[in-house]
Formats: sequence, structure tokens, C-alpha cells
Amino acid sequence: MTLQPPAGLATLSAMSSTSEIVRLTVNGDNHAVGVPTHFTLLETLRYVLGLTGSKQGCDKGDCGACTVLVDGQPTLACLTPVWEAEGKQVLTVEGLATVDGPHPLQDAFDVHGAAQCGFCTPGILCSAAALLQRSPRPTRVEIQEALAGNLCRCTGYTKIYDAIEAAAVAQAGDGSSQAAG
Amino acid sequence: MSVNERKSQSDLKLIGTSRRKIEGLDKSTGRAVYTDDIVLPGMLHGKILRSPHPHARILSIDTSEAAALPGVHGVITGRDMPRVYGIIPWTPDEYPLCVDRVRYVGDGVAAVAAIDEDTAIRALALIRVEYEELPAFLDPHAALAADGSSPYVHDAKKDGWNGNITKRVHLEFGEVDGLMDASDVLVEDNYFFEGTTHTPIEPHCAIGLWQAGGGFQDADGATTGKLTVWSSTQVPHYLHRELSQVLGVDQAHVRVLQPLVGGAFGGKSEPFDLEFCVAKLSMVTGRPVKILYTREEVFYAHRGRHPFHMHYRTGATTDGKLTSVDAKILLDGGAYASFGLVTAYYSGQLLCAPYAMPAYRFDSTRVYTNKPACGPKRGHGSVQPRFAFEVQMDRLAEKLDLDPIEFRRRNFIGSDTRTINELRITSNGFLECLDAVERASGWRDRFRKLPFGRGLGIAGSTYISGTNYPIYPNEMPQSAVQMQIDRSGRVAVFSGASEIGQGCDSLVASIAAEELGVPLDYVRVMRGDTDFTPVDLGAYSSRVTFMLGNAAIDAATKLRKMVQEAVAAKWEVNPTEVLLAGGMAMWSSDTERQMPIKDAFNIAESMFGALGSMGSYNTPKDVHGEYRGATIGASPAYSFTAHVAEVEVDVESGMVEVKKIWVAHDCGRALNPILVEGQMEGSAYMGFGEALMEEQVYKDADHGRAGLLNAPSLLDYRIPTSLDTPELEALIVESIDPEGPYGAKEAGEGPLHPSIPAIANAIYDAIGVRMTRLPFSAPSVWKKIAEARTADTLRKPLVPAGDGTLTDNPARTAPAGAR
Repeated sequence: MTLQPPAGLATLSAMSSTSEIVRLTVNGDNHAVGVPTHFTLLETLRYVLGLTGSKQGCDKGDCGACTVLVDGQPTLACLTPVWEAEGKQVLTVEGLATVDGPHPLQDAFDVHGAAQCGFCTPGILCSAAALLQRSPRPTRVEIQEALAGNLCRCTGYTKIYDAIEAAAVAQAGDGSSQAAG
Repeated sequence: MSVNERKSQSDLKLIGTSRRKIEGLDKSTGRAVYTDDIVLPGMLHGKILRSPHPHARILSIDTSEAAALPGVHGVITGRDMPRVYGIIPWTPDEYPLCVDRVRYVGDGVAAVAAIDEDTAIRALALIRVEYEELPAFLDPHAALAADGSSPYVHDAKKDGWNGNITKRVHLEFGEVDGLMDASDVLVEDNYFFEGTTHTPIEPHCAIGLWQAGGGFQDADGATTGKLTVWSSTQVPHYLHRELSQVLGVDQAHVRVLQPLVGGAFGGKSEPFDLEFCVAKLSMVTGRPVKILYTREEVFYAHRGRHPFHMHYRTGATTDGKLTSVDAKILLDGGAYASFGLVTAYYSGQLLCAPYAMPAYRFDSTRVYTNKPACGPKRGHGSVQPRFAFEVQMDRLAEKLDLDPIEFRRRNFIGSDTRTINELRITSNGFLECLDAVERASGWRDRFRKLPFGRGLGIAGSTYISGTNYPIYPNEMPQSAVQMQIDRSGRVAVFSGASEIGQGCDSLVASIAAEELGVPLDYVRVMRGDTDFTPVDLGAYSSRVTFMLGNAAIDAATKLRKMVQEAVAAKWEVNPTEVLLAGGMAMWSSDTERQMPIKDAFNIAESMFGALGSMGSYNTPKDVHGEYRGATIGASPAYSFTAHVAEVEVDVESGMVEVKKIWVAHDCGRALNPILVEGQMEGSAYMGFGEALMEEQVYKDADHGRAGLLNAPSLLDYRIPTSLDTPELEALIVESIDPEGPYGAKEAGEGPLHPSIPAIANAIYDAIGVRMTRLPFSAPSVWKKIAEARTADTLRKPLVPAGDGTLTDNPARTAPAGAR
């Protein structure tokens, strides 16, 4: 099956004189990976660990497709040197689902047509997951502000707002209190 | 045969309901595979060296140092692939890498493959290219006026011709001058639409794999090999053909695989240098090679919306009927033809609905300039003239003291008719679109009546549901689908259509489930592989739902009839009395008599052998005139759209805020309403971005390097964020097209068109200022406001009473505090 990227050590650049071992915790797994010192967190996730869910749209922090959570904070993985994530908890789109099924946000994005081409979706889901952590029943304005760093070129954002609001309701329904509703 | 005689909404189970997409959860869980997610064993990374000059001769290229760099496995230049190509067969003018001349800053000249991206980038710096700079054509008017004293962008095809001209189209219908002279009111002005680009969030990416030997032989019996290319293309079939032609490999030995595509919008609808380079580099190195464009390279690849310089004259009678339309358009095409021949036609051909025009003339010229090539962007060639024309319509309505919606109604072309340029119109829900946005926006109580600084604007449009003819002339089907049934009750669908986010894989799955009565989760779609899926021409011209949908219905209907016949034989009833629905086969006279669909399939397989079918669709040929160019703009069906935009203009800064856009769209039938709404909202959003923010512009000699793209990044080329985007309300209108699949037409491009003129017309309603140049950025609006202050016209326009008189507006002038 050639479609799956092999996990393991990256080929070190022929001209890179230095590389180092970086210890990362990604989606709960501890990794020790050898990477060129200039590698970003995104390059390490995608091309070393094989976690290709996080996307590269611009490689300079403009589009937000690479957004992951580092210690719970939405972080642009394409601008983050990999060693900055050492010792921290990294959560990617692949880590949102549990063994029981997709995260309420992931399911709501599917149901509400919030992912058209889907390329911005992993980054938006990470921003939205952080939002629901700090504000379980966000207003539409709060959602718009939380997504201001994530460009979507397909949807016009409306279906994304609908999905996040629906996920918030679903999450609240799973919890012990309905008060927020 | 009309599929709609058979199906009313009450007969339909899945079609017409909002459903998940079959790949939806893959996309939201990170499992979905895009081209750059694929890693092949031993894969090398490629990079392309690009020209720093807008126009120059290549005198020499020395690749020896680059080739000697440790880790570099191959270096190629234009001389390794010296075969000209072009997406339109009549205008081939590109090489995968430039052979002897570069034509824009960013034109590719050489490519390397190395063990990793860093090494490839270092190798590029070691390639020595000697250029002789040539004067560059950056302004389309200068390109048009060129006399040959400096080299044209392309050599003239004949002596005495201007080699800067790609295409000139002049078409005239009816008594244009006579009816213009006889008009009661005339409106005439110049309009400018700045170029914009697509910016899909996924940059272009391709992987080439050449497998030499293996018994593959060419026509002369010599040993050759097999070429496989993975690409983020939206036209795998055309890429398949061009790879074969340019690289000299038998089409039967070329395989194109299309992983999921992360957005396209027309920006991936022809072959690009990277696809040829990964193929050639793999042939040279014997290893798979990947190239991923940087975001900057995506801007150079471009093929975005052409800048249009437009002049319109439009006449009408006092009873509010259009008389004559006269247009002259100069298209700034950039360095290569791309789809430009079609763009030149579309700039005029697609304007002839939804309003009846007794006479129409357009004169369009596309010129080459030394900038990245323009091409098709969502609403190809017709978004720009629609902006100008719908502003013209607004001006005519005002001159006639008519409500602009009423004026549009009076000129409605109707259904089942022909346009002045002889295009066949069938279903037409434009009036319902006008009604929907008028009602939803509160138009009658608010137009011309909102306080100074706030306003509403209306615009309408039409668009094709697919081009009636393929890009290369042939009479084969435009789309095809294969289906097979297995013993577990599942249906496998083989589809060559391009899933770029619009939901075409889900479309074929839904049709299979609808027609064969299986649950949607019993359908599997095998997609995007030219070795195994039948040809669909690609995701362009809004053709997919209409053409692929009809092909899928054709395939599924053939299978359904076999299953009905087998079950009917067992039950000793008439085959038409066997219903397939809800996972069961049932007798229509007594639905208690039933069996699981799996059993029905097994009975059919026992009767007929293994169950499979092919379905296809081709267009009707009697839908256009006979004149030269009559086929361009022809479509089996047209969609219709109306927008109302509401804006607030800050007269101190010139800042325009779009508060809301109501978008009503006649999509024939909404096969999956949530996806249709998504297309409508996404279209309105994209048009909004073009109206206020986006411009693909180039530096001149006074501001850096002449011809250098001004802002090749997503920070500087501003596209709307969640905070910029207005509230969008999608209003679906269903006209049930007689030839569309279940009555459906397109929804992906049409709904973009009215965004821009609706906003322009809303700005006029807000402050009485006419915007005729895009984008409506704060500085450009502020400049117009300053002019209006000087002329003392900065006020809300008067209110049409409907009886040919105007009433004053109590809130019509700027507040006293406003300077």
C-alpha cells in the first residue's frame, strides 16, 4: 500500500551538517525523531511521523491549514521550529477522534457540509476545538474571531459556523449540564 | 429522453435531501489523502528554476555544477522536452520548460531532482542561465499597439500581424446601430475589472513515476516503460493526453491518478510545468519524483481571471425595454494562450440572458503581455462583463425612474426560447430568483430608503451547465460511469470525474443508491484513476452535475432494469411493477411482497451473469446557431442567479462593509441541498472578495522590478477571512430542467456572478457614487467620494415612485458632520 507515508526517520539532507534528536508527544504518543535542525513542527509531523492530516497551504503562517494544538493553544505548525514543541503536548486533527468515533466537531463538519475540498478543515477543527474548550457555547462572533487565522476558500464560512454551533450543542448534550442551552 | 417525466420529488428517496458526503468524515478526521500526502519508496524531490525577467532570450544554460552537487540525481531544461502544447488545440504556445525565451517573471527554465527539498533548492542556485533581456509588454494597450519594433510576446503567425494578439472576436446580432439610435435612453461608460486569482488552499502538487521495461514496448517494438503521474489536477483526462504528447509516451502507457484535490476554482484546469517535470525527472533518474509548488509558485502559475478593459453602450425605451447593447473589450491575457480563445468568446457570448436583447454586438480582443498567463476562474470570462452590464442596467433603471428589479423583470427573456446569439434556453427560474431576493432582503421597504451611507443593490446573471463541446473535437461522450453489483448487495461505481470539493463522488453514489434501492452506505466509489475509471472530461465549465449525473442515471437504470426483470420473472409480475427502494425489492401492487435487495441482486446475477453496466452522456447538438463561434457559450442548460447586497459605506475613509448578501439561484433541482447551499455561499463569498479586496497586480519600473508580481502570498494578496466575510443567505430556486439529472443544473459558478455588480449598485444606493473599477478598495472609493463632494452629488439617489416620477428621500444627504 504505497499511499500511506512510511513512519520513521526522515532522510537527512545531504547538505545539512546538523541534525538532532527531538522528543515529541503527539496525540499522546512519545516519539524521538532525528530531524535537520531547521525542520518545522509541520515538516516533522507530515514527513517524519507520517501524520499528514495537518496541511501545508502557504508555509509562512498566512493560511492556518497547519494549525495544531500545542499545550492546548492553536499554533501554526509551519512557523514553529520543531524543537519548540519539545516536551509539550501536541494535538493534531488525527488526535481529535477517540476509539469510539469522531469528535463531535468532526461529525458536525461532515453533517453540515463544512468541508468542501477539506484542505483547510484540519486546521479549522483544531482552532474550533480550542474554542470549545474555553467557551463551550460560543456566539457566532466568538466563532468568527476564533477562525480569523484560518483561511477557507470554498465555503464562505457559513457552513463551518453551523457545524461548530451544532457540535457545541452536541457536546453540551453529552455533559452533565444543559444550563448553557 | 427526459428523466424528469419519470421522477417527481415524491418518487425520490435520497435525491433532494441533505446528506453527508461519502468522503466527508475522511476530510474531517485527517484521513483524506491529497497528492502531497503520498510518499513513494525512494522518492526524490524536485524544484523548478524560474525566470527573474519578464521577457528575455535564453542564451545558454549551464547545469553542470548543479548536477555535480551531492544528492542531485537529475537536472533538465526546456531542451529535454521541446514539444509545444496548450490546453486549447488551436493555440499551443507553451513548453513545459522554456526553450529559448522566457515570457514572465516566474516562467520555468530548468528543474532538478534531489534526495530532498533542501538539496534541490541548493542545486537551483548552481544553475547558470545567461539571458538577453528584451523590452517587456506589461500594459495591454501597449501590447495591442505594438508595431514589431521590439519582439512580440509570441512570434506573429503571419508577416504583418501583431504577434501580441491571441484572439480577436467580433460578433453582431440584430440592428445594433439603428436600434441604439432609436433608443429613448442611453447609458455609456468604461469599466475595468482587475485580475484576480484562485488561491485554492492546496498548492499544486505532482508525483511522477517512470517504470522502464516490464515488457512495455512502443509502436516500433522498442522497449519503453510505463508512466504514472499523481496530480492535484481538475482535468486528469486532458493531462493524460498532454503527458503522452509532450513526453512521447503511448497514451496506453500513461496513467494519471487524481487524489482528492484541495480546491481548484479553475486554477488547476490545464497541465502545468510541474506535471511534465516530475514525469521527465523520473524518466531521467529512474526514481519517483515529487514537486510541491510553494505558495509563491501558485501565484506564478496563475491562470486566474483576466483583467478586462470594457466599454459598454446600452439603450432602452421609455417603457423599460432594452433595445441594443454594444460592447468593446480588451482582455489582458498574460504570457500564454491558456483557455484565452474561449475567454475571448465568453466575454461576449454569455451576456445574452437572462434579459432579452433585440440587438447585440461585442468586439473582444485578447492580447499577450509579459505576465503570468490568465485563464479560467470560477465564472470563466463572464464575471467581468456581467459586472459592467449589471451596473449599466442599474443606470438605465434610474434614468427610466424604474425600480431596478422591476426593470429586470420587464426584460426577462423567458424559458424555452433562444437568445439573440441563438443559444437555446430551456428551464429558467430567474423571475423566482428575483422574487426570492426581493422578499428576503425587504427590498420594497428599504431600497433607496435606508439612511445615508447604507444601501441595497440588485444584480442578475446566467451561466452554462457545461460546455456543449469538448476541448478537442470528438463525438464521444462527455462523461461516463461504470457500475457493478456484487453478491453482498453493494454497488461499486467507477467514476473518472474530478472531486475538487464540490461533491461529485457523492453525486454518483447517491444516484446509484436512488436508482438501485440500496442504502447509501452500500455504495463504493472508485475514482480518479485513468487506468480504471471511464473518461469524464474534468471539473470545469460547471459541467459535472449535469453530465456526470446523467451518465450515472444511464448506468444505474440499465442495472435496475435487469434486477426488475429477474425479480419479476420469479414473482410472475410485470417488471415495471418491481420497486427497488429502502434496501428491498417490492411489488408495487402489494408492498408486503418483498425481498432484501441482496436477494434480488443474486437472482439477477443468476439470470444474467455478473452484473455491470456502462452509462454515458453526450450533449444535444441543436442548441446553438451556425455562425463561426456559435458553439462557444452553448450549453445543454443554463442556471440563473439574483443577488441583493446590503452595504454600509464610511464616507470618511471610503471603507465599504458588506453587511449581507442574499443569493437566490436556479439550480434546476437541488440534488443535495446542503451542498448546493455550500456552492452558493462559497460563490457569493468569492465574488465579494473580488469586489472589495482582491487584485493580482504587478510592479512597474518605478516600484521595484517591472513585471514582478506585487503580492505573491496569502498575506499580501488579501482574501476574505471569517471576520471580513458578510452574512450569506442562500435561497434555492428549482426550475426542474427537462434534460438535467432529476432536473438539476449547475450551482458552482453561476452564483458568483452577481456579487460584484450587486455590491457596486448597493454602494450607489448608499451614497450616490458609481463604482466602475475593481476592486472597491477604501482608497478607490474614497477618491470617488471626493469627486462626488466636489460635484455636490454625494447623496442618496431619489426614490422611483413606480409611475415614472421620483420622490425625494428625507434621509438622502450626508449628515451635517460629514465633510
